This record gives sequence, C-alpha cells and structure tokens, in this order.
Amino acid sequence: MNFEFDDDQRLLRDQARKFLTDKSPPEAVRRILDGDEPFDRDLWREFANMGWLGAAIPEAYGGSGLGHLELCVIAEELGRSLAPTPFASSVYLASEALMLAGTEEQKQGYLPDLAGGEAIWCLALSEGRRPATAANIAATVSEGRLSGEKIPVVDGDVADRAVVVAAESGGVGLFIVDLNGPGVERRSVETIDPTRSQAAIQFDGAAAERLGDAGDGWPMVERLLERAAVLVAFEQVGGAQAALEMAREYALGRFAFGRPIAGYQAIKHRMADMYIQIELARSNAYFGAWALSTDAAELPVAAATARVSASEAYHFASKENIQIHGGMGFTWEFDCHLYYRRARQLALALGSQRRWKDRLIAALQRRNAA
Amino acid sequence: MDFNDTPEEAAFRKQAREFLTANAKSKAEAGRGMAVGWNKDEALAAARAWQATKADGGFAGITWPEEYGGQGLSPIMQVIYNQEEADFVVPRGVYEIGLGMCIPTMFAYASEEQKKRYAPKALRGEEIWCQLFSEPAGGSDLAGLRTRAERDGDDWVINGQKIWTSGAQFSDYAILVTRSDFEVAKHKGLTFFFLSMHSPGIEVRPIRQVNGAANFNEVFFTDVRIPDSQRLGAVGEGWKVSLTTLMNERFAVGVAPPPDFDEIFDLVRDLELEDGPALDNAVVRDRLADWYVRQQGLKNAHFRTMTALSRGETPGPESSINKVVSASKYQDISIFGMDVLEMAGAIVDPEIAPMDGLFATGTLSSPGYRIAGGTDEILRNIIAERVLGLPQDVRVDKELAFRDLPTGRD
Repeated sequence: MNFEFDDDQRLLRDQARKFLTDKSPPEAVRRILDGDEPFDRDLWREFANMGWLGAAIPEAYGGSGLGHLELCVIAEELGRSLAPTPFASSVYLASEALMLAGTEEQKQGYLPDLAGGEAIWCLALSEGRRPATAANIAATVSEGRLSGEKIPVVDGDVADRAVVVAAESGGVGLFIVDLNGPGVERRSVETIDPTRSQAAIQFDGAAAERLGDAGDGWPMVERLLERAAVLVAFEQVGGAQAALEMAREYALGRFAFGRPIAGYQAIKHRMADMYIQIELARSNAYFGAWALSTDAAELPVAAATARVSASEAYHFASKENIQIHGGMGFTWEFDCHLYYRRARQLALALGSQRRWKDRLIAALQRRNAA
Repeated sequence: MDFNDTPEEAAFRKQAREFLTANAKSKAEAGRGMAVGWNKDEALAAARAWQATKADGGFAGITWPEEYGGQGLSPIMQVIYNQEEADFVVPRGVYEIGLGMCIPTMFAYASEEQKKRYAPKALRGEEIWCQLFSEPAGGSDLAGLRTRAERDGDDWVINGQKIWTSGAQFSDYAILVTRSDFEVAKHKGLTFFFLSMHSPGIEVRPIRQVNGAANFNEVFFTDVRIPDSQRLGAVGEGWKVSLTTLMNERFAVGVAPPPDFDEIFDLVRDLELEDGPALDNAVVRDRLADWYVRQQGLKNAHFRTMTALSRGETPGPESSINKVVSASKYQDISIFGMDVLEMAGAIVDPEIAPMDGLFATGTLSSPGYRIAGGTDEILRNIIAERVLGLPQDVRVDKELAFRDLPTGRD
C-alpha cells in the first residue's frame, strides 16, 4: 500500500508552497482583483521557468516530463494560493487535449510553446445557459470554418488559441482555432471571480483545425473533462484548506464574551465539519490522482467522485470561513471572498455540481453493467 | 502511488486468506442476512469457538507481544487481516472491547504475573471482558462518575452504578473506574481497578433499546470487594489510566453496519417509482452521489492510514472522522431507503419487507451509532481540540472539589 505522494513529490510540494507564499500572496491576487491586468504575467513567466507548465508534458515535446502526480501536487498549491493565472486552461485542458487527441505533428507544433509559456490556450465549450451536452452544442464547423458563439470561455480574453468543441456533420468534434486570426471577435465578460478572466467569443468562419479523429468526438470531450476534474479537485482541496486555516487563525485571535471565539462549540464544530469535508475530498482526490496517473479503468468514477467531493468541500469551507469571520468576513477588505469566489468559479468551470453528481451515478451504472 | 502490499504484507495476506477460506463462510457464499445478534446462547458459543479458531491459526492478538500469546506483528498486519476478514461471515463484537480496550489497559498497568494470567485466556476467548466506565451522571463527561471506592484493609469496597455496559451479561472480567476521593477536583479523585464480574454484590440488568435489542446493561454494585492488588495505576490516578483505555477505543469501535451505499444502490436498481425506474429519478441520483463520495472518502482515507502504518508513521485523521461520517450516513441511507419504498418502507417483518427490512431496522438502530463510543458532539470536540488545536470549552468544574459541583436543577 503506497497511497501517498513520495518524498520527491512532497519536496516539490514544499518548494511550491514556499514559492507561492512568496510570489502569490493575497496582495498579488488583489492586484488582479482590483486592477485591469487579466492575470499575473510575472508569475506565469516563473511557472514556465520552473517547468510547471509542462509538468505532465513529455520532454520530447518540450515539457519537463515530471508526470501527472507532480501536476496534482502543483495544482493543490496553486489552489491554496489562489494564483491568478490561466494555468487550468492551458495545462489541465488544452495541453491535455493535445496529448489525448493530437497528431504527432500537432504535438510537436504546439506543446513546446505551451510548456514554455509562450502560448496561452483555453477550452471553448460553454454556449450560455444551455448545459453543454453533445446534443446542445450549436457552434458548427463546416469545410474547416467555425461559426457560432462561446460564452463564457475561461481565459478566452487572454488566450492565443482555443480548443473549441463544435458540431459538424458526423457529430461533435474538437478544433484548434487561432484566436488572433480572422473571423474571431472576443470581449471580456464580468464574472463572479475577477481573479480569473473570462470572455465571450464570436466565431464567424474562423479557420478550424481538427483535433482528433473525424466522427463522434464527444467521448473525447468527456475524457478531457474527467482528467481536468482530478487536477481541479486538487486546486479545490488546496483552496478549502487555506479557507479553514484562515478561519482558524481568525477565531483564535478574535475575542468575544471574554474569550477567543475558537473556544465556542458553535465555532469548533463548524471547523471540525470543514476539516471532515476536506479530508474526505483530499482522500478522494488522491484516488483520482492514482487513476489519472495510471490511466486506470476507474478514472470516470474516480474523477467524478473527486470532483463532487472537492466542490462540496470548497463550497462549505469558503462559506463557513465568511461566517466565522462575522461582519468582517463580508467586507471587501478581508480575503474571505477571494476563496468564496474561486470556489464558485472552479465548481462551475467544468460543469455544475448537479451534473457531475448525475455523471457519477451514470459512471457507476456503466461500471456495474460491464 | 500504488495499492500493492510489500512482499511481507502480501505473504501475510495470503496466509490470512487461506485461514479464513478454510475456517469461515464468505459473504458472497452466505448472501445477505442479518448480523449475528448478541444475547443468544448459540451466538455466544459461535463467538467463543471462532475466537479459539483464530488463536489456533495465529490470527488473534496480531499486534500483541509474543510472551502474552500474541504474534508481535506491526499494526499494518492487523489492518490487512481485518480487510480480509471483512469478506467473511464471522461472529464479531463479543471480544472487541476486551481485546481492543481492556487487555491493552492491563498491558500498560497490570503486574507481569497478571498480564501472563489474563491476556492469553482473553485472547483464546476463554474469558470475556467488559468495560465499566459510563454512569448515569458520567457519559460524555466521564469524569463526572460517582461510583464510590472506599479502602478497607487490603480491599476496596465498591458501591454505585454503571450504565451502557456492552456485554456485561456474559462477561467474566471487567475494568472499572471509580471515585475514591470526593474532596478533590473531579479528575483527581478517580481510581482504576479490574475485577471478576462474578464477584458477590454485582447485579447486571439489560437495557432495552429503541430497536428492541438489549446490547447494553446497567451494572449495580453493592459492597463489592476488590483486592488492592487489582488496582491499575496509583490511587487518584484513575483518569490517566482511563485515557489509556479511551485511546484504544477509536480502534475498537467499528464502523456502522449496512445499509451503506451498496445496499441503497441495490434497492433503487430494482425499484419502480411513479415516474419510472428509481435510478432515473433526479432526487435519487443526487442523494446517491452524496453517499457514494462519503463512502469512498472514508475508504480512500483508510488507504492513507494503511500507507502511514506501512511506513511506520503515525496514522492520519481517519480514525477521528470515520464514525462521525459513517454513523450519520447509516441513519440517512436507512431513512431514505424507507422513503423510496413508500408505505411498505415501514414494514420490519423480514419475511415480507423488501431486503429483509434492512432500512427500517437501520432507521431504528442508527441513532445508537451517533452516541456510542463518543457522541457526534464529543468527536467534533476531539477533532477541533486535538487535530485543529482549538481551545477547550470553559470549564466550571476543574478546580472545585467534586462534592461541591452542581449535579442538577434545584
């Protein structure tokens, strides 16, 4: 039984935590929250230099070839620090899509720039309020040209290229689109978490390069979302843990009725519940990491389990962190809302909790039928 | 990351599996059935026989020192044995408190001669032990106990009452915590003993529970004499000894019984609701997902604990969150199982109730799991104080002499 990160991975975690504590403190996150910059460009450059952007990309394609377990370790620390960068879009989604479905030429052509941070990519899936399903996708590719609207697209305003999910005659497929090319118009969209920028993108006959085989590409979209769900679960666990630690620090220092509020059971039990949720989510994320790193048949169930568990834990920890802070927790000045916003952003970015729960049961049904 | 045993662990697992296959019926073979109940002579006889079989096979006292009949192996081997045993129908429960809590306390405080006398017989199942701790005035607040111990020559004389004592009706020996001094603060006036449950002056009365069973007892003491040689720890040091016992409790109190996720999934797979198959119902799917992630969270946390044990490290948080999560899950799943069965959910008669009335009986049994072995509230206090390092509650009883503490509404 070896269900724990190894010594090298733990060392990576310590280094990542130290680096991010130093380079992505709350003040740095707030510069993005309050300013006009869509993300922290200096931090992005450093991520590239440290090999984080290409952690799971093989060395043959310019990556550092560490692996997915190492990427999980980094993800947890990014979540903890609320690092305002397009990491999830470029790394968990676009790079993974290229590695899953790309031709040798596409991998050679695109992955080195992703690993080096020269290019930022995103995934364009959502089309407004209709749930993104194979049947609902209205953006269409015909004769290599994409038309339709994608909204919201996380990091769509800063990305150079997008992996776009679009319909074509044979079903739904994945396509690579140059967002700086003709036939693309985009604008930033204001969302609940200004530390992660999002966009609306209008495609009008934009050149679309096929990613993956012709025919029904929806199963590939599902696989991509599952893989990303595990990585995002680590970000969520990291954020939830940070929210719990913030609540603990405040409760120990805040005195009411003559003593620290951390000594009252109403507060203690709430924090115990936060801890319980986080440990369940962390344990489920570990299983997801194992399934992701070994390409196990359990991945669909493991990923949905990690996702549902982590979304719930971050939701609970971030809202109760505000509650434990009382009125101060509701101020712009305190950092509680940064976690509360990010918890919602991450819980929606790959699809709602409601749908992931449904997807989990569907995966269990398929497993039991097999 | 991997789930592989070390070669040594794999060899032990194989031995355990072979032993169990040769001596017990697998759950797959037995099918679903009611757990073996207590208070029945045949169940007790079966438990005794099984414990002796385990001892003969070398699978009892896996972590105990060899000089007291144990195997002297590391905790990971006990976990591996438990995992394998979980696939078989064996009579559990009768020995868990004795072997999990009482004898480990003896190991810490009894004389060499006493350890040699009592441990091997307990291990073979020849003598059953129980734990006389809780009282009407001392449950979550255990140190509020009032059972009196008075010195009389070489003996102590015990008067008072214990409650919630599992297995007292068939136990041969017990560990006992008493109050020997009412004039000092409550944690300072306690003294700890072990004694024969066949001593004159002991009366055991079963307590009938919500679910109709009687697993617990009241135990009354009238001038019960215990020789001073059976005192464990110094006079007035009984609280410290009790903590040794309670540290072992989290390992001895098992997880909640079925129904868990697998049973509710089985139920709804074959069930038609008003709008079609229950498994197509959005509410059903939502609830199932909640329970699945909790069940898996505990299972995966257990893998982390095993990893720590396997590496010789201190286990993580699993033991503190396990019961809080599983007891409520047990109750919620039981009640939801009744609800989807509509009015038929109320039937407890196993002959006609769906799935032998598992959900209705679980509904009646589950409240006890949220209380026994540390209430939900006490366990949350433990997590808050010991894991998160939050301050203790304000205590008005710490400095006052026990005699002067308020005991109820005037």
